[in-house]
Amino acid sequence: MIFHPLIIALLAGSVFVVLMVAYSSAAAVGILRKWDLGSGSELQLALERKTYLVSTLLAYVFAFELLSFFLYILTADRIQPFFVGAMCAAGSLNVNGFGYPTLVVRLVNFLCVGVWLILNHVDSRGFDYPLIKVKYRAFLILAPLVLLEGGLQAAYFLRLKPDIITSCCGTLFSAASGSLVPGMGGIPRVPAMAVFYAVTAAASGLGLIYWRKGRGGYLFSGLALLMFAVSVVSIFAFISPYIYELPTHRCPFCMLQKEYGYIGYPLYLALLSGTIAGFGVGVLMPFRRIASLSETLGPLQRRLALIAAVLFLVFAGIVTARIAVSNLVF
Amino acid sequence: MIELRDVRKSFNRGKPNEFTAVQGISLEIEAGKATVLKGPSGSGKTTLLSMIGCMSRPSAGRIWVRGREITSLPERFLTEIRRRTFGFVFQQANLIRGITALENAVLPAYPIGESFATIRKRGLALFDRFGIRPKAESKAEWLSGGEAQRVVMVRALMNDPAVIIADEPTAHLDTNLSRDFMDILAGLKEDGKTLLLASHDPLVSESRVVDRVVNLRDGRIDGGTG
Amino acid sequence: MAKWIERQKNVVDFTLSSLLRRKRKNAALLAVYTLVVFLLASVMFFAYALKREAAVILGDAPEMVVQKTAAGRHELVPLSYIERIKDIPGVAAVAARLWGYYYDPITGANYTLVVPNNPPQPPGSISIGEGVARARLASEGDIIEFKAYDAAILNLEVKGLLSPRSALVSSDLVLVSEDDFRRLFGTPKDRATDLTLKIRNPREILTIAVKIAGILPDTRQILRDEILRTYDAVFDWRGGLLVVILAGSLLAFIIFAWDKASGLSAEERREIGILKAIGWETSDVILMKAWEGLAVSLSAFLVGILLAYAHVFFASAKLFEPVLKGWSVLYPQFRVTPYIDTAQIAALFFLTVVPYTVATILPSWRAAIVDPDSVMR
Repeated sequence: MIFHPLIIALLAGSVFVVLMVAYSSAAAVGILRKWDLGSGSELQLALERKTYLVSTLLAYVFAFELLSFFLYILTADRIQPFFVGAMCAAGSLNVNGFGYPTLVVRLVNFLCVGVWLILNHVDSRGFDYPLIKVKYRAFLILAPLVLLEGGLQAAYFLRLKPDIITSCCGTLFSAASGSLVPGMGGIPRVPAMAVFYAVTAAASGLGLIYWRKGRGGYLFSGLALLMFAVSVVSIFAFISPYIYELPTHRCPFCMLQKEYGYIGYPLYLALLSGTIAGFGVGVLMPFRRIASLSETLGPLQRRLALIAAVLFLVFAGIVTARIAVSNLVF
Repeated sequence: MIELRDVRKSFNRGKPNEFTAVQGISLEIEAGKATVLKGPSGSGKTTLLSMIGCMSRPSAGRIWVRGREITSLPERFLTEIRRRTFGFVFQQANLIRGITALENAVLPAYPIGESFATIRKRGLALFDRFGIRPKAESKAEWLSGGEAQRVVMVRALMNDPAVIIADEPTAHLDTNLSRDFMDILAGLKEDGKTLLLASHDPLVSESRVVDRVVNLRDGRIDGGTG
Repeated sequence: MAKWIERQKNVVDFTLSSLLRRKRKNAALLAVYTLVVFLLASVMFFAYALKREAAVILGDAPEMVVQKTAAGRHELVPLSYIERIKDIPGVAAVAARLWGYYYDPITGANYTLVVPNNPPQPPGSISIGEGVARARLASEGDIIEFKAYDAAILNLEVKGLLSPRSALVSSDLVLVSEDDFRRLFGTPKDRATDLTLKIRNPREILTIAVKIAGILPDTRQILRDEILRTYDAVFDWRGGLLVVILAGSLLAFIIFAWDKASGLSAEERREIGILKAIGWETSDVILMKAWEGLAVSLSAFLVGILLAYAHVFFASAKLFEPVLKGWSVLYPQFRVTPYIDTAQIAALFFLTVVPYTVATILPSWRAAIVDPDSVMR
């Protein structure tokens, strides 16, 4: 293992997260079994107090997941000198079989915890805790994913041995080699751009329609997820080359570095937040009929749709601006 | 305004030192009137006030505030209702030491999200009304008993509640200050507020401000004038 | 949105005032917290600055060094090897390098003797590093006695002093002429210590190394990039190791933080009871506690880092000197060039603020669920 302080920090943080999630899971099981709002008993009071703790813990977990997601990529970037052939985070992550799976699970967890927090917030608006059972059942599905992430990350870092030859992002992401990721680099540029802009327009448009009229929630939410997938593919297909002004450079991590103006951060933050907001709208749709939420749910969903639409437009805007000023000519 | 039906409160349930403070009380508090709960210590006055004021939940029975049943509400919404409907004057002044009288008085409005300037203006206006404006910037521990009582009153009125609950408000006041206090209450009644007091002080229960006296003994209502 | 901001502002206002009201308790916590940040930051800044210094210096090192080996040990390399290497395509230049260690019995120190090529050292004279000058109390014009391999005495005059600013690398350096070097150590005229190669295209370094290994099987090829990587690994290892050692103090700090946060004085409990009685929700009190933690963390973090910066870059990490110096007689007087980057700050943040925050979540919650009813009695 490499004893880099960043790695120690990530592993230690991961331990904390696992502990907090484990505790929250135990609390969740207790709440699901014994919750009885009408009883007014001592136990019920204690359970109500406990939900404050769980909500607080998970809010902190979310903040930590957000920060450590970027820290994970930063760490991979910083340990790149140890591996011959690795030029940036892409190479480091490829050193053993756990680097990329950790990233993928981290991404999924980040989105899911974000949506869970939206669910939690909505539950707090209803005076009879309408979503309490839904919320904790969802959490019990999410908890193992968080534990999985911790395990994968630990496996990745603990198995790192410096000086291992790995392929740098040049070969990793070029069309020549045959794994999934390079396939994305081989996608023809113009159709990819067309699809990207079409989906952005559709997603943002539907989001604005939902904001105004409150119709088409499920459709919009589905489009938000599609937008996420299309955007990720687009990053490989044409966004990266334009930012790096090099047709073969398709690494998604290099744009987080200083030499490209840290443009990756606003891009990814906009995309991820927009996706969470958009996905959140769909997740909340089944609960519109609940009496205690009737006043608050509708406006909340509309606001989420607006936020998502705006963020998607911001994402597309940054991309377009970068393409416009790019010196790359195909 | 406020209705209680067969309300009970027991402490330490199931344990050998189980103690029932309130034993099945049914009561109606009229809006815009001043009601006094009278009785010796241990008669359950404070416990009853605490339940009516959404600070604790009864072991059994139901309570309605302005037509809304509050007994089964979770703590979060209980607080919301308490903040909007009730203003409290406790036995002890219960001011936070180390900050000024004004800062103490405006605390209830902090979490609601109004700007500090607005809150401060409202607070100072109330300080004017009760004649303690010069004391606004004094530290809480330097206030006299009567001044502290008025600051507590300002604090209780900060969110313009419909009901003022006072628990033994004259316990630490001399006769003159007690009379002043009752005058303040008269003014509040004229504003249309509902007053609910707990006191064993005859100065309170025999005041002309009071519309109704409810006698409590051992957690039950004992006759009553109305 | 505006309401949310106003709510935060009001709560922050109250939080700051309550922190100030309990100065003594919070001062102790703040002091310990700052100390922890200071220690960790000092270690990290120092290690990273040295690492970068090494990288900068090594940047000028030759791309490849060829050394002759015999039975796994380093031997003097024949100058004839230069002809064999010079014609390999891609090799811009090959040069012989003479250097070695000299043990000085008077001071008990080891000097590194090097024959510079550009500009060459005039025969009979030496240039010495500031550590050597200090150990021998020598200045320009003084004569230093050297004992040659055959017990003969060689007197060399100090003609120049190496700049103290390069002390990190030159402290124990003695620059000597080629003739004097060979006279001192008895190195034959047809041998050198090793050969340095200049290779212009970095992509070809590996292929050239492989070729040399083929032509001259009794040599080893040392690549600059390998050295850099190994240095990086060592520094990170050392830095990481120290962090792990400091883990003990970190743990103590977390327990201390937990204890301080849990220890609600009667006064604090009363205050929270009052707040809840007058209409603050549990979540409002949790918010207040969160802001409290943030205020303390930010202060400790900022002050700790500033102090560490001053300690490492102005005072040359004086506190670590006993640990680093070891048996070194020629410990250099140096000033490290300031170097911090986001990765270091991020690592520091995650190693200090995050554990502290986690330690205070549960105590904050316990404080926040204080029963408002208690105030009535």
